[in-house]
Amino acid sequence: MSSLILRAATRALAPLLLMLSLFLLWRGHNEPGGGFIGGLVAASAAALQGIAFGPAAARRMLWLPPVGVAATGLALAVLSILPSALAGLPPMKALWAKLDLGDGAVVPLGTPLLFDIGVFLVVVGSVVALISALEHAPE
Amino acid sequence: MLTVVLAPFAAALLAPLIVSRLRDRAALVLALVPASLFAWAMANLGEAFPGRIEATPWVPGLSVSLSFNLDGLSALFTLLITGIGTLVVLYAGGYLAGHVMLGRFFAILFAFMGAMLGVVLSDNMIALFVFWELTSLASYLLVGFEAAKPHARRSALQALLITGTGGLALLAGMILLAEAGGSWELSDLALAKSWLQASPLYGPALVLVLVGCFTKSAQWPFHSWLPGAMAAPTPVSAYLHSATMVKAGVYLLARLEPALGGTDVWLVSLGLVGGITMLMGAVFALLETDLKLVLAWTTVAALGTLVFLLAPSFEPSVKAAMAFLLVHALYKGALFMTAGNLDHEAGTRDLTRLRGLARAMPLTFAAAAMAAFSMAGLPASLGWVAKELIGLAKASDEIGLTLTAATAANAAGFAVACIAGLRPYLGQASEAAAEAHEAPWTMLAGPLLLGALGLVFGMAPQLAADLLIAPAAAAVLGTKPALEITLFKGFDWKFLLTLATFAAGAAIYLAWVRFGAEARARSAPVLERGPDRGYDHLLAGLAAFASWLTRLMQPGLLHRYVAATFAVVGLVVIAGAFRGPFALAPLGDGGKLIEWVVIVLTAAAALATALATTRLLAVTALGMVGLGVAMIFMLWSAPDLAITQFMVETLIVVILALILIRLPGFRITSEADRPGPGTIMIAAGAGVLVAVLMLGVLAEPFDPRLAEWFGANAVPGGLGRNVVNVILVDFRALDTLGEITVVVAAALGGIAAMMRFGRRRADAGGREDR
Repeated sequence: MSSLILRAATRALAPLLLMLSLFLLWRGHNEPGGGFIGGLVAASAAALQGIAFGPAAARRMLWLPPVGVAATGLALAVLSILPSALAGLPPMKALWAKLDLGDGAVVPLGTPLLFDIGVFLVVVGSVVALISALEHAPE
Repeated sequence: MLTVVLAPFAAALLAPLIVSRLRDRAALVLALVPASLFAWAMANLGEAFPGRIEATPWVPGLSVSLSFNLDGLSALFTLLITGIGTLVVLYAGGYLAGHVMLGRFFAILFAFMGAMLGVVLSDNMIALFVFWELTSLASYLLVGFEAAKPHARRSALQALLITGTGGLALLAGMILLAEAGGSWELSDLALAKSWLQASPLYGPALVLVLVGCFTKSAQWPFHSWLPGAMAAPTPVSAYLHSATMVKAGVYLLARLEPALGGTDVWLVSLGLVGGITMLMGAVFALLETDLKLVLAWTTVAALGTLVFLLAPSFEPSVKAAMAFLLVHALYKGALFMTAGNLDHEAGTRDLTRLRGLARAMPLTFAAAAMAAFSMAGLPASLGWVAKELIGLAKASDEIGLTLTAATAANAAGFAVACIAGLRPYLGQASEAAAEAHEAPWTMLAGPLLLGALGLVFGMAPQLAADLLIAPAAAAVLGTKPALEITLFKGFDWKFLLTLATFAAGAAIYLAWVRFGAEARARSAPVLERGPDRGYDHLLAGLAAFASWLTRLMQPGLLHRYVAATFAVVGLVVIAGAFRGPFALAPLGDGGKLIEWVVIVLTAAAALATALATTRLLAVTALGMVGLGVAMIFMLWSAPDLAITQFMVETLIVVILALILIRLPGFRITSEADRPGPGTIMIAAGAGVLVAVLMLGVLAEPFDPRLAEWFGANAVPGGLGRNVVNVILVDFRALDTLGEITVVVAAALGGIAAMMRFGRRRADAGGREDR
């Protein structure tokens, strides 16, 4: 299933895809992108890695076991409910904090971003878990 | 009153902890709960007429409220549940002392107590139904408490299936009643009587409610579960299967009598079923030698008597029913407990081996004798009072048949009272008696108190009448009846009839002693073919039908599932199209060149998918179709959708390819794999349908309100310019949370399926690699 060309291309492509996925995740609130799309891009990077270098390499890209990544994502998404609940607002009401970097650059950080990161991790973890399970299935 | 109903549930939660801390003294502490509830009910007896309703909203949107009604009828039942409950908790502490599962036992018992209180206090039918089902569940767990015994498991399941099915019928009946009467509250339905009975729904509703009540109260032909329920520990038999739970059906009949009673259908169905049950129970009780089964069959007979008495909706018989309900709960609870004492101390419940235990167990004997006194209906016991009232009721409806039936059942009751209450204690001491000794005080308090109560009320019948029986009858009749009880009415024909009943009972008892064994031997083959056997056949038939249906509907072939799904969707859409006016949008003007290019490419990919000669080619071509759709999203300025679609299609092709290289049969060669004419029809039909559907949707005027709202609020409300993402993570974040949960669940399911597949393959190949 693996070839030299594929391996060489993957070495360059996988990190690029990963960076692209984070970029998409970050800007998703204002431009096309978001947690779901970013997660899919990151998962395709892992899939590429898996096809080129074997399932172990794909799992090495994630620091945790893939199902653990998905579970962490789900936990983050649930956690993002908490701040509004603690503040006594309606559940899941978004809360924002402005992060001032100086020079007039203001970065809004809010619970939706946390939620989006959760979505991202769920998608990555689930897809990689499925693919590596497939790789493990006996011939 | 909500607190009253919830208190036992709280006790149920704490019971395992208390038992693990206090061991054998736990029962004494736990008994305080029902005892204090009993005190509460006694304190509130004064308000029992015309009743007091308290409501707590539960599901206001569906007009379901936890409304409780304390009137004479529910007060009588509350006193029975809490009073006998206190004694049963004490008794169980002695009976099951040192049992490993004692904590669990008390937890279920208290959950049952709460549910039963809920049944008799609820005024809202939905709440009543929920509690009703909870009692069935508790009964299941308690009958199957000795789960190691197959017999106990079978009996538990039978009880659950019969009462559970009846519960469903009851729910349907209640819905019809609410439709016809316009309210979910029982107290309102009683006021809507004439309305209800004129409604076309009255007949079906009545039948369904009666099925519910008859299953719960073990009426013929649904009675077979009650003798089976004797597999439960004796405290449970005393509590659930004689004094309280099986009376729930009778309770509901009495409760609904003001709303549904008084019609011919009511009279005939209750009279017939109750009468058959009464006589059948009496006969079968005489054909058993297991003390608990004898008592179980007399319980069936007593429940039949109660239903029989509720059939004619007029004053004397309602009063008689209430009196008999009270007396039966007292003496039957006591007799079950003494039976448990015999079993516990002498090690057997076989009547042929229990003789002459009076010396070893004097107090148990005293309790049993007092209860038997009441059961036989001898003078100066509450049983006598109840029997007088029954006689009055029967005499005043001028039907010789019912009087005869009631007399026969009474005589049999007299005989069983001798058999169960006296015979084991008298005569020559048997082998079992030599080993026996008296039970501990916790196991004596209950039967002695209940037995004595029957006598106390018998000496002072007016007390019982004013306190309990009259208010309960008043709740059923809607007016406060006068209830004057005199112990002796003088020598008239009814008194002679009573004497004749006693004589007949004594004769039956003597016959039982003489010819009992022979009668049992002869009747055994007949008894085998009862409803109990029918239940087995029904269950086997159901299982066979289910497996046949499963084989038909679930062949395990994916392409059949897909074909069925699309065919059904197609039929539904066609049916929908014929229902109303259906306009198609005009097929706009030419469109741009680039759009046509994408469409042609997509169509070509679809055709390639259908004609592919290898599976991999088919999967890749299918991915191309998806990419074509993504391109259309791009052209119509939905970048988020387009990117998602691109990624998903890519990953699907990768995953499918990974699966395919593991599958045998890489090429689509065999005829079976080629799409047949049916498949092509369904596929083409589905395509055409979707196209027509889309055009139909486009013909409808577009309502832009939602889109406009999201567009306007994305930046000020969600601080984001990407409306799609703001909706996903902010406005409709809860939906997204649900979706990602599904994603994780699907991944786990996929992994599990893959592992199973791997194991199967490994087993088949005899390899050990995992």
